Amino acid sequence: MPRPALARPAAASGAVLSALALSACVPNAAASDQAITVDSSNDACTVSATEVPSGTVVFDVTNSGDDVTEFYVLASDGLRIITEVENVGPGITRQLVAQVAPGDYLTQCRPGMTGDGVQAAFTVTDSGQDVATGDRAEALTAAGDQYLLYVRDQIQTLQDKTDAFLAAYTAGDDDQARALYADARVHWERVEPVAESFGDLDPMMDAREADLAEGDTWTGWHRIEKNLWPPAEGYDLTDAERQDLADKLAADTAELASRVAADDFTITASQIGNGAKELLDEVAKGKITGEEEIWSHTDLWDFQANVDGASVAYGVLHDVVAETDPALVEELDSRFSELNDLLAQHGSIDDGFALYTDLTEDQIVELARSVDALSEPLSRLTAAAVL
Amino acid sequence: MTHGDGPDAPVTSQEVGGGAPASPTAPVDDAAAGSRLSRRAIIGTAGAVAGGLALAGGGFAAGRATASPLQQHAYDFFGAHQSGIVTPQQDRLHFAAFDITTDSKARVVSLLRRWSEAAARLMTGSELGAGAAGGAYAAPPDDTGEALGLPASGLTITFGFGPGLFDDRFGLASRRPDQLIDLPHFSGDMLDDRFTGGDLCIQACADDPQVAVHAIRNLSRLAFGDAAIRWAQLGFGRTSSTTRAQDTPRNFMGFKDGTANVRAEDTDLVDRWVWAERADGQEWMAGGSYLVARRIRILAEIWDRSSLQEQEASVGRTKGSGAPLSGGTEFTEPDFAVAGRDGSPLIPADSHVALAHPSAHGGARMLRRGYNFTDGADDLGRLDAGLFFLAYVRDPREQFVPIQDALSKSDVMTVDYLRTTGSALFAVPRGLAPGSMLGSEGAYVGQELFG
Repeated sequence: MPRPALARPAAASGAVLSALALSACVPNAAASDQAITVDSSNDACTVSATEVPSGTVVFDVTNSGDDVTEFYVLASDGLRIITEVENVGPGITRQLVAQVAPGDYLTQCRPGMTGDGVQAAFTVTDSGQDVATGDRAEALTAAGDQYLLYVRDQIQTLQDKTDAFLAAYTAGDDDQARALYADARVHWERVEPVAESFGDLDPMMDAREADLAEGDTWTGWHRIEKNLWPPAEGYDLTDAERQDLADKLAADTAELASRVAADDFTITASQIGNGAKELLDEVAKGKITGEEEIWSHTDLWDFQANVDGASVAYGVLHDVVAETDPALVEELDSRFSELNDLLAQHGSIDDGFALYTDLTEDQIVELARSVDALSEPLSRLTAAAVL
Repeated sequence: MTHGDGPDAPVTSQEVGGGAPASPTAPVDDAAAGSRLSRRAIIGTAGAVAGGLALAGGGFAAGRATASPLQQHAYDFFGAHQSGIVTPQQDRLHFAAFDITTDSKARVVSLLRRWSEAAARLMTGSELGAGAAGGAYAAPPDDTGEALGLPASGLTITFGFGPGLFDDRFGLASRRPDQLIDLPHFSGDMLDDRFTGGDLCIQACADDPQVAVHAIRNLSRLAFGDAAIRWAQLGFGRTSSTTRAQDTPRNFMGFKDGTANVRAEDTDLVDRWVWAERADGQEWMAGGSYLVARRIRILAEIWDRSSLQEQEASVGRTKGSGAPLSGGTEFTEPDFAVAGRDGSPLIPADSHVALAHPSAHGGARMLRRGYNFTDGADDLGRLDAGLFFLAYVRDPREQFVPIQDALSKSDVMTVDYLRTTGSALFAVPRGLAPGSMLGSEGAYVGQELFG
């Protein structure tokens, strides 16, 4: 096996590390050429280098054994996990990218995922590069707690506003119900990935007509939407049918609120980062095309709410990412601001937005391009935060 | 040079033309159509066809594949099954679905005769009629000409019948196979009428895109007045392998696709899961198959922004080698029992592999023959690209519908990253026996249905 670049003398390693740092942003960069290889067999853990300069380190972990394996870099106490890759099936190679500060560490393979595995000493020398580690784990945990408060607050408000909306709906006050519809949904849309993570609730609460398979019963927001903004004559529901829909949505919303309020409900930094990206995916898939609110055309409320939610998710990770990838932070700050400015041209959640059908084709294209311009760097947020 | 052993004796217009029973209100110039079809093409490309259109006692002999390179390959139009199903999958596709525009059964039969004869000729690499540069100077050329000088390129032409052929126009309702269902609406389907349905279809596959397009163009020309293209789809790269000798290609998501496909060599599986039998209900479909066509758009920009972890977890395989996440190499059987640290399976239960695997569907398999497509960009500047899913099955009710239902409801890849925009189902009848005579009174694909 050729000696990996990282094990070369220090003079060469600066250049190599720059290349590695770049590789996070340039998918085609051949990071694996310079990676440390780890061969995890049934009874051995062969690491191609035992000493590397500090900074970004890439491990290519190959499982040559018969069982599922794991690879860890541990602090010298053998307990604290610096970085890890789990669930590597036999024959599979997985890449692990980590920021490692100078110091003494242990590498560990755990074939079969049990026991102490096979450990060896691993030394990281000081390259002089800034390494973003330190209190990062703590900061990420704090970010999770902070975001959880936001989720709970939004769902609580959703529940309150949903109840008010449903009261108008079941009372037959359709004008009032139509006026409350978009504003209540804002609180769903802001934390949509969390709500969607409950796979049983989401289809009952937020399914669009096209999402249904033959024989499915349609309930939730969009069922009511079609009743309030009927595409033609003949979409009336009886009072009893309305009551059933309202009871169901109220009960599902209460269930959602109780689940996110549960003590054991937590959100990891990865989930926050991925959630931010997914919120923009939601914009790109449903809102920018006018498919989400196909009867009420209130897509821009949802659009703004998705962007709000992504912005909050980014906000709780901001300080961590500012250390690991300042250029990304700069780009995200400006892209969020551009998109929000563009949305503001069409209204606001407080004062109401233009209907989707009022937008010109050029305006829609302009919004779509701004969404893409934000989505692309936002998709790198998770890796920058948890690297 | 001309065809090796094909005597330079055309089917004369007398043999072919003039005899079709045309409806009195809509007279057909079958003589003209016949002459377009049946006069000898001027050239045959060197080495293209050894067998060619040997005319013996009014019948075509089977074309034979030569041992020359891939694009020189010519497949046999004749056989127990139509070509283009277990044929090693070619790289390019032009697919067209047609509406029948006549109410005359005789005209439909006449169309199928014209198509069958033309298909047999096109598959040898020959031009139609007097060719692209021959014939009457005052008349448009019989052949459009863009395949002039190109070899057969492995062209196969496969004909199918949609549910509309069995409506009340042609008196065929009682012969509609139970298997030829109206496909249900699957969760998340966003079907566009422009890519859905059809009374007839033609699948033209070749190793040269120009040859495939030439086939559809000329066959649709032969159909004017009787049938018109309802929708069509180009495919620029195969996403399946139908023989063991072929590598597994990658789809537009960047993953190997069709690793577990039924292949021609798996004759037991092909017999069990692809070919219809007499006992299946409609005798005329024995030796045929059912073709599911689905235009599946991939939300490319969104997929491209998802992490490698998310992509592999959605598919259930690694992106690099295509190995199942339970371990091994591409062709290692997925092991859905292998669990990771938190006890959940390494191949997630909501991954594509887990939900589509035969073990989840009573062993049901499909012979997939799909293609990557891109039709430019949509109004928002996003790639209008994806997978044109084609699969041959013996019974769509058992092999396609339950699998698609599971994918549409639960498969992360399908739910989050795919949108099906077109859908159709066709009954693909058996092939024509070698030695069959073609022409205006001759044999044609699907003749057992009308006979």
